[in-house]
Amino acid sequence: MIKLAAMPSIKSREVKIVQDIPINRTLPFWEALKQGKILATRCKKCGKLYFPPAADCSNCLTSEMEWIELSNEATIETFTHVVVRPTTFQQEKPYTVAIGRLKEGVKVLAWLTGFKLSEVKVGMKAKLVAKLTPDGRPTYEFTRPE
Amino acid sequence: MRKVAIIGVGCSKFGVRNDVNVAELAFEAFKPSVEDAGITPKDIEFVAVGSTGAGAWYEELLPAVVSAEYCGLTGAGLVRCEAACASGSAAFATAYWAVASGQVEIAAALGVEKMREIDTPTMMEWIGRAGYYLWEFHNFGLTFPAYYALYATAHMARFGTTEEDLALVAVKNHKYASMNPIAHLQNRITVDDVLSSMVIAAPLKLFDCCPVSDGAASVILASEDKVKELKVDTPVWVAGIGYASGTANMSKRLDYVGLEASVAAAQKAYKMANVTPEQLDVAVVHDCFTIAEIMAYEDLGFCKKGEGAKLIREGQTEIGGKIPVNVDGGLKAKGHPIGTTGCSMIYELTKQLREEAVEKSRQVPMKNYIALAHNVGGTGHYCYVTILRR
Repeated sequence: MIKLAAMPSIKSREVKIVQDIPINRTLPFWEALKQGKILATRCKKCGKLYFPPAADCSNCLTSEMEWIELSNEATIETFTHVVVRPTTFQQEKPYTVAIGRLKEGVKVLAWLTGFKLSEVKVGMKAKLVAKLTPDGRPTYEFTRPE
Repeated sequence: MRKVAIIGVGCSKFGVRNDVNVAELAFEAFKPSVEDAGITPKDIEFVAVGSTGAGAWYEELLPAVVSAEYCGLTGAGLVRCEAACASGSAAFATAYWAVASGQVEIAAALGVEKMREIDTPTMMEWIGRAGYYLWEFHNFGLTFPAYYALYATAHMARFGTTEEDLALVAVKNHKYASMNPIAHLQNRITVDDVLSSMVIAAPLKLFDCCPVSDGAASVILASEDKVKELKVDTPVWVAGIGYASGTANMSKRLDYVGLEASVAAAQKAYKMANVTPEQLDVAVVHDCFTIAEIMAYEDLGFCKKGEGAKLIREGQTEIGGKIPVNVDGGLKAKGHPIGTTGCSMIYELTKQLREEAVEKSRQVPMKNYIALAHNVGGTGHYCYVTILRR
């Protein structure tokens, strides 16, 4: 049998990796989140609606897009409750992630808050809201409808 | 396109392999595959390597070149293929095309993955990022079990599949792994063991998930002319390869009860091989999580959509049933060294079709000598289906 751990090894050199992810072409989306709005893009030529927002249309390959504010009414299609978390989410409490369909037809994947886990059901209604995290990161989540 | 046969296979012990580095692990699978084929490394003109974690969960950025040098393959045409958890199948398909096109006579597909050189939360982080980092990981921290849990929740809501049904997949696959000396997890488990194991991403629990494994597998492919020249006893022919892909964003999938890429890849493979699911003697399917095996039954046409749970409840996917599935223990218990899995599947099916060295207790009785491998990359981001025939 192969023994666990305790095998002789040497440590690789350490690197810290942080990438600067360009948001130049979807900037209105990130700015709108701070104003409490959630934007999608729509192709001016073929009318296809994109969420997450895309600066280019994969359907007709044009780049003439307009910004559309989405409604906040969602129907939950599926969900999970993440208990074992990745390194960069270790400081978070276990969180629920859901996919909801908006009345415009696009679907959104986001955290679901404001419900007890036992209350969450496929097919239930939720409200999609934009927010800033306590550390100032723009995001959006599903929550309990008023 | 000309006929291509598998003439040699090798597979390392799967598990926590901190006793070897990536090149040494590749050697462990490669050596028996060339011995099996009765050739030398210098006979191999083209090598496709399947590996995913280069520079992330192991230290080498170019695993193809370090493995090739270590195995005596320097000089051959060389490429690394990335199709996430289907990288091994992508490498196999690439080697197949090299031979089928007439470009080379002998090619190798080598899967090698070292996943246990880093800690588990960092592994969860890397694999969670594999999908669409910007839109689905950055703010939401999805892990791989969580992605498949989204499928499990939807399948349970739509078809009444239960956590007990999912557990039956793990129980079956651990049973066969207990008969497989190279499997990572060789312990037998019960439905209660699965149900009482810790929740990872509800509704999936620890024993619904495959282990994080190290392992390598190697496959040697040759043209029909070369098969004759080498007087290969039992060539196993590649009868069909199907491939497809799915959206990067989970939110863009049509639904969460099956993988569209699996359905499309399977249809292509069945058509190319001119085979129906009923003719298969044995299959290995992508059971990275228990729900994935249930969906695979349906997507590959072993049963109708929504009836996957019934198939496992009736024992139809055990040896003696309608279609034995993952009798090597599957990803769930043999283990899932990501870039290796596709080649490991071909290794197992080749041994099964030759009826030679598979442990007798898990040798499937052959009727048509036709077998299928189904390998998914990511959460249905990539899919390869390969049909072999003796």
